[in-house]
Amino acid sequence: MRNLRLIINREYLARIRNKTFIIMTFMSPLIFVGMILLIAYLSMLNSTEQKIIGIHDESGMFASEFKDGEQVQYLDYSGKSLQEAREEVLDNEYFGLIHIANVAPGENAKIEFFGKDTPGFGTIENIEKTISDKLTREQLIARGIDVSEIDKARADVSVDIQNFAGERSSKMSNYIKMFFGGAAGYLLMMFIIIYGNMVMRSVIEEKTNRIIEIIVSSVKPFQLLLGKVLGTSLAGITQFTIWVILGTVLLFSISSFLGIDPLAAQMPASNVVSEVAKPEINQLVIDILNLPYASLLGFFVIYFIGGYFLYSAIYAAIGAAVDSETDTQQFMFPIILPLILGIYVGFFSVVENPHGTVSTIFSIIPLTSPIVMLMRIPFGVPWWEIATSIIILIATNFGVLWLSAKIYRVGILMYGKKPTYKELYKWLKY
Amino acid sequence: MENLLVAENIYKRFGNFTALNNVSINIPRESIFGLLGPNGAGKTTLLRIINQITMPDEGRVYLDGKPLHPDDIAHIGYLPEERGLYKSMKVGEQALYLARLKGLSKTEAKERLKYWFRKLEIEGWWDKKIQELSKGMAQKVQFVITVLHRPKLLIFDEPFSGFDPVNANLIKDEILQLKEEGATILFSTHRMESVEELCDYIALIHKSNKLLDGKVSEIKKEYKSNTFEVGLDAVDEATLKQELKSRFQIGPARFKSIQDDLKLTIKLGEHESSNELIRFLLTRARINHFVEVIPSVNDIFIKTVTQNA
Repeated sequence: MRNLRLIINREYLARIRNKTFIIMTFMSPLIFVGMILLIAYLSMLNSTEQKIIGIHDESGMFASEFKDGEQVQYLDYSGKSLQEAREEVLDNEYFGLIHIANVAPGENAKIEFFGKDTPGFGTIENIEKTISDKLTREQLIARGIDVSEIDKARADVSVDIQNFAGERSSKMSNYIKMFFGGAAGYLLMMFIIIYGNMVMRSVIEEKTNRIIEIIVSSVKPFQLLLGKVLGTSLAGITQFTIWVILGTVLLFSISSFLGIDPLAAQMPASNVVSEVAKPEINQLVIDILNLPYASLLGFFVIYFIGGYFLYSAIYAAIGAAVDSETDTQQFMFPIILPLILGIYVGFFSVVENPHGTVSTIFSIIPLTSPIVMLMRIPFGVPWWEIATSIIILIATNFGVLWLSAKIYRVGILMYGKKPTYKELYKWLKY
Repeated sequence: MENLLVAENIYKRFGNFTALNNVSINIPRESIFGLLGPNGAGKTTLLRIINQITMPDEGRVYLDGKPLHPDDIAHIGYLPEERGLYKSMKVGEQALYLARLKGLSKTEAKERLKYWFRKLEIEGWWDKKIQELSKGMAQKVQFVITVLHRPKLLIFDEPFSGFDPVNANLIKDEILQLKEEGATILFSTHRMESVEELCDYIALIHKSNKLLDGKVSEIKKEYKSNTFEVGLDAVDEATLKQELKSRFQIGPARFKSIQDDLKLTIKLGEHESSNELIRFLLTRARINHFVEVIPSVNDIFIKTVTQNA
């Protein structure tokens, strides 16, 4: 135990004293915050920019239907000829000109848009909708239907989702759950790749430095392996903590200093919210508050440790098997594959159907379970499924650690041999 | 004399390759034991087994009469052939780390390191990184780390390789002094000069088998062939040579002397003594040089290895 502590201590200090590590630790939040602020700034620019669009309406029916908005202003050129209107719009460098040809009642409208640039979907949709609404209305009236009655009869529908225990949830809360699960899974994947690689590099370093034999004459290879994984993960946790704290502080201090609202960067979300009715928002707040944070955090820690250890052990074995980092390529694919698979299953299958067969199977398979299960848990997973998944994960961890330790103890003393899978299999039997 | 370390019938195979085939060695207390053999003979594998870095397939190792236990690493100091240190760590820091891994407390390790650094005149390196040091300098640091915890048994794998003559001598002196202080030393080498100077006992390993072991003086006695080297000042060299030829087995000899002598090696029969030869020579020439030819370890090494090739 004493030696394990010494190793952890050394590995930790070696990681955090590394210049690249220090730079990464302090630069990343700066870059991250900078990006967010840049996006927020750009979207603010975007929203303050007002487009001016000319309308040349030959029918005279539609020009008044186009209402000026925050982002668009309409100018009526219907009094002039089309040629004049086009020239004027071009001279004034307006965004474009809508030309609505005169149509007989009952015919489909013929609409043209002239512009310097191709207008965005939103703009076109808005134009089409305005005209189609007006036309529909006109046609309804033409058939003798009282339009005001239809307006009165229009019913608002919103599905009220409850589970059998009677707990309410909103549609929005699904997004929230997806966000939490996705963030957790993604974080885990990043952590595994970054710090697993660090473990691997540190094994290779000891091997190429030839210090390894001095160390294994004092401690058991397994202790060294364990100390390395633990020390590196502590360094990783330190880095993440610094990122979170520094990032938050920076984000809020800079944004309040510059007067930019970082939340404005999350445009899609705020758009959705504005469309949702008030009671829905209240429900959302309740949902967010009601998420089982304690168990979420608990499972996050379990799967985080389980997944990270599993992959680190594999990374360490690979490091021990090779002589230099360039030889690691052939072994990288089998590591990255299940991670990517986990993320894909998470973002496609789990989002679609959190409790479907694919999601369930991948949340049991130990190589993908940490990521997929973390994404499923916010949606509520039966305890026995979680238990099975965790037990399998832990058992696999022991198995993989054992195998890795075997490869490790042979590999670290093996030089100049290009490792193949066949060779590694032989090492298991030494 | 009691043995500090006994390795009995060690077998080690790597796949189809047998690295050690029924090798046994006994290392007497407070002696210097040389493990000799050509490259690839299996020396390093045996040393790794004694250090519990690899496990033997068969056979047992005893330290102090008891089967080797994982805790015994505290009693063993090992300087591997492939040695290195952390490049980006400071000298003092990593010496301290490695010493503490061997079970020393921080303060004790520091005190002893200071002593050794002073002794080897490397005090100024404490805060330097290994990458700033030359290879020979790094090797000094490694040597200090090996001996720092005052182990009963010191194992050096090719201790002099890579050292310049000055530092090799320095290390040789330190090894001898460690023996004086009661340590038992096992070292492997394929360089025979150092064996001649240092070893009390040797074992010769060739192609995974032990061919020979024992006390150096006894092995030499065994391998000597009752041959003498003489330098003679005779009036008639040709006649003398003829006379000697008829009675003994003679050959040319090469040694340095200030006289322009007749230089010969003379091999006696199994039961003849040197006195008979001297008596024979006394009446025929003046004897300027008379020395028994004792085989060097190098000769024994080459002879045994070629015999078994």
